[in-house]
Amino acid sequence: MAKRGFDIQKQTGFATIAMACFAMLYLPIILLVLYSFNSGTSVAIWEGFSWRWYASAWANEQVQEATVRSLIIAFWASAIATSVAVMAALATTRTPKFKGQTMVFAMINQPLMVPEIVTAVALLIFFAMIKVATGYTGLLYLIIAHAAFCIPFAYLPIRARLQGMDLSLEQAAADLYASPWHVFRRITLPQLWPGILAGAMLAFVISLDDVVITEFVKSAGQDTLPTYMLGQLRRVITPEINAISAVLLGISVIMVIAFTLLSKIRN
Amino acid sequence: MGDLSINATRRAARTRWMLLAPALFILVLAASGPLLITLVYSVLTAGDYGGVEWQFSTDAWFNVFAQRDIFTDQLGWSDAHLSIFWRSVKLSLMTTLACLFFGVPKAYFIATRPKKQRELWMLLVIIPFWTNLLIRTFAIMELIRNEGTINTALLWLGVIDAPIQMLFTEFSILVGMVYVYLPLMVLPVYASMERLDFSLVEAGYDLYATRLQVLRRVIVPLVKPGVIAGSILVFVPSLGAYVTPRVMGGGNQLMLGNLIELQFGQGRNWPLGAALSITLLAIVMIALLFYVRVAGKEDIKHG
Repeated sequence: MAKRGFDIQKQTGFATIAMACFAMLYLPIILLVLYSFNSGTSVAIWEGFSWRWYASAWANEQVQEATVRSLIIAFWASAIATSVAVMAALATTRTPKFKGQTMVFAMINQPLMVPEIVTAVALLIFFAMIKVATGYTGLLYLIIAHAAFCIPFAYLPIRARLQGMDLSLEQAAADLYASPWHVFRRITLPQLWPGILAGAMLAFVISLDDVVITEFVKSAGQDTLPTYMLGQLRRVITPEINAISAVLLGISVIMVIAFTLLSKIRN
Repeated sequence: MGDLSINATRRAARTRWMLLAPALFILVLAASGPLLITLVYSVLTAGDYGGVEWQFSTDAWFNVFAQRDIFTDQLGWSDAHLSIFWRSVKLSLMTTLACLFFGVPKAYFIATRPKKQRELWMLLVIIPFWTNLLIRTFAIMELIRNEGTINTALLWLGVIDAPIQMLFTEFSILVGMVYVYLPLMVLPVYASMERLDFSLVEAGYDLYATRLQVLRRVIVPLVKPGVIAGSILVFVPSLGAYVTPRVMGGGNQLMLGNLIELQFGQGRNWPLGAALSITLLAIVMIALLFYVRVAGKEDIKHG
């Protein structure tokens, strides 16, 4: 039998391309983090190890303010998005098919389908009208804008969890005259929490990372960390930007790993 | 009995809409509502200092593709806009092709690893996907800047005398977009390959098929849905990209997203910006509809 030594794992060239891809994907990120520890002012010439740029980022008032603002927005946006997503997920998984279901799905997933720049422009136009009419220019605009585009990210893992759950416990409780609220509180919620936590974390990271919508919605002096960085890129780049990036990267990596572990918790 | 069940159905409907109401309220307020207002703005007159005058006008839509010569008052195509549209479509298609070239072998490589290793490899794909797009763009920018890692290394090695200008070109935008959108190709292709029965591939070889034949007759038809999904997932955000062309193109290589932004900044032509946004949205929707139709057909074919 002339098998020509075939092995599905060995498609010549494929492994090479894959490895090159992984290298190309991580090399820039590794260099970025590496040069955040550079003692010189260059992001390409290594002059020795130091914490200098972390210290300077930490002491930079604009960075401090932007960090606090980013965290406030991400906290409220993910909290709001997750709470409404839990309710929406219950409505779409625990009740029979209904008229308008497609419409509801389209609305929930709109932030995933419509290009970010289009949403950003639409929000700029709409909020400009409200700003003129009410005079209010606070953080609420950014929080609501972020909450809206975080909804699908919170909704999808929660719905996935609800769909994977065994319904017999809920039915048994309902048969024993537990009120819907009691069933939710005592039966559904304890099983649902990994999904809720996963959704909330995803929403938090998505909000923390947003650039485009924030850039268009923010009023003067409302920079978040990413929009501050975008502004800085036009000037001379120092490793301070690398230091800020490295911290944000660290947060994302921790969140992704935690998210992956959470999605693995079995029902 | 009938009354009772009708009441129960009504109650279920009421509960459902009450549960949906908060989410829908936020989405109408900050997603679909503003989109409708944008549509209205696209048929208004531009204000002198930004904003709009509430007067109906088709100027904005006219200006999306056409322009009137200032001196001769002659109608003509808007070359500036057309070239930006063309660049956006061209770069998005090139990004999609490059992601296919790198992403498909990568997904194949991961899908053929032993089961335990696969999750680790996929985590390595997912981590960059969930990290900040701006930071990733910034990372690749530091690599190819004139004072960046590649040029510094080449200068030091004496290969070149002066830095190669790579940043602020169409090439750098392409590199940046492939870099940031590659995971969007790998994820769906991998998902379709993971289900692929590799004994079919082996059977093909056993029956003396060549590599190309196996690829064309066995692998491609089976992973086609994943490849189409991946292509759409890469093409759509590429077309609307704003951050990557801004950082990598440096203001002289505009893409659609940057052209739209310009209308709300220096351009002070909000209606034109609105009309351009709706145009971009329309192109994206056509791409998505195309995907839904193709994906639907595939489902029917495979039973």
